[in-house]
Amino acid sequence: MPQVKLPRKSTNIDMTAMCDVAFLLLTFFMLATKFKPEEPVVVKTPSSISDVILPDVDVMLITIDPKGRVFFSIDNKIMRKQLIESIDKDKNLGLTATEKTSFALGASTGVPFSQIKSYLSAPTDQQKMLEARAPGVPTDTAVLAPDNELSAWVSAARQTNPKLRICIKADGDASYPVINKVIKTLEGWKVFKFNLITSLKGVPSGTAAYAMQHPNEKK
Amino acid sequence: MAEMDTSSSGGHKKGPGVKKGKKLSTRIDLTPMVDLGFLLITFFIYTTTMSKPKTMEINMPFKDEKLKVDTTKIKASTALTILLSKNHRIYYYEGLGDDPTVPPDVKVTTFKNPGGIRTEIMAKQKKVNELRRTGQLTDKDQTAILIKPDSTSSYSDLVNILDEMSINDVRVYAIVDISPVDQDFILKTEQANGGK
Repeated sequence: MPQVKLPRKSTNIDMTAMCDVAFLLLTFFMLATKFKPEEPVVVKTPSSISDVILPDVDVMLITIDPKGRVFFSIDNKIMRKQLIESIDKDKNLGLTATEKTSFALGASTGVPFSQIKSYLSAPTDQQKMLEARAPGVPTDTAVLAPDNELSAWVSAARQTNPKLRICIKADGDASYPVINKVIKTLEGWKVFKFNLITSLKGVPSGTAAYAMQHPNEKK
Repeated sequence: MAEMDTSSSGGHKKGPGVKKGKKLSTRIDLTPMVDLGFLLITFFIYTTTMSKPKTMEINMPFKDEKLKVDTTKIKASTALTILLSKNHRIYYYEGLGDDPTVPPDVKVTTFKNPGGIRTEIMAKQKKVNELRRTGQLTDKDQTAILIKPDSTSSYSDLVNILDEMSINDVRVYAIVDISPVDQDFILKTEQANGGK
């Protein structure tokens, strides 16, 4: 019987196409990646079912760490520059141009006004260390209290950019009195609407919110 | 793509005695490059923050010193007061607790589910709906929840209770400062429960 000879095929595959795909994907991910903005402290936000997305621009972020330290930041470099200039003028901090630039390029502030000059004049790598030990921006429930520095920051920031949305990013373990101080300060400046940053969790079934999300489902 | 045409090896003939250089294949093995590509892809996938942070919008009651108008009173029968205390414990009672002659029945619960605060909120909503049906309340009345976090509660308690509001579709709620009377309620309930 004549045997049918199968032609032997080479096991070498042309990798070119695969390589193309890999690099195409790589390019996509490189362009799509937005590195996390540098955060002064690690904050683990509590979760909620709310799925409102945080806006990209015009954000004032008040971060509160588990120990109750308050950090303040706004997002735009140009705005930051304007902000530090107005704060400098108001509080007579006597900052130099380099120190102001350092503020504009930095991430957030967590030091009282009395320490801000020494903090900003420090080199960048040292600033990180100082930030870890920073006492936080002093706050109070009374908006006009002289030691309520957060109030001064909020007011100055809203003057430089009235469109700012105020977001509070607090750790789940932060104690309520600190949150209360921040909220009272905002209320003092007639800010009654703000956002709390939370992580997302699923809507539990059998509740009103679940029924609203799934209107067609029978109970 | 990775191959180049190497068949035509120049037009001129080499003379005798001139050694012909060995022709090397220009075909490159692309496997390591693919490996590298995927390695980098993996790195970027991990570092990418695809999901943006979510936020919860909150509206505080409008306050103004110039505005001396009495705030809209909520009916005691629609109200549920929730006190947040230490160790994520919740004290709650029905009504506003503003009548000193009738101290409210303060109960304690947690965020645990089922059997936690959610069950209580749902029970309250059912009760209010029942009252509305029987005509004791008008259609305008809704379940109102007063949230009073005390100084020992944490931020997660606040977010959790606000989340319960949206989970249970409670439209009327407010974060209020805790009063000394309420702190007394917590203390008494703690003592009644054996100092826990």
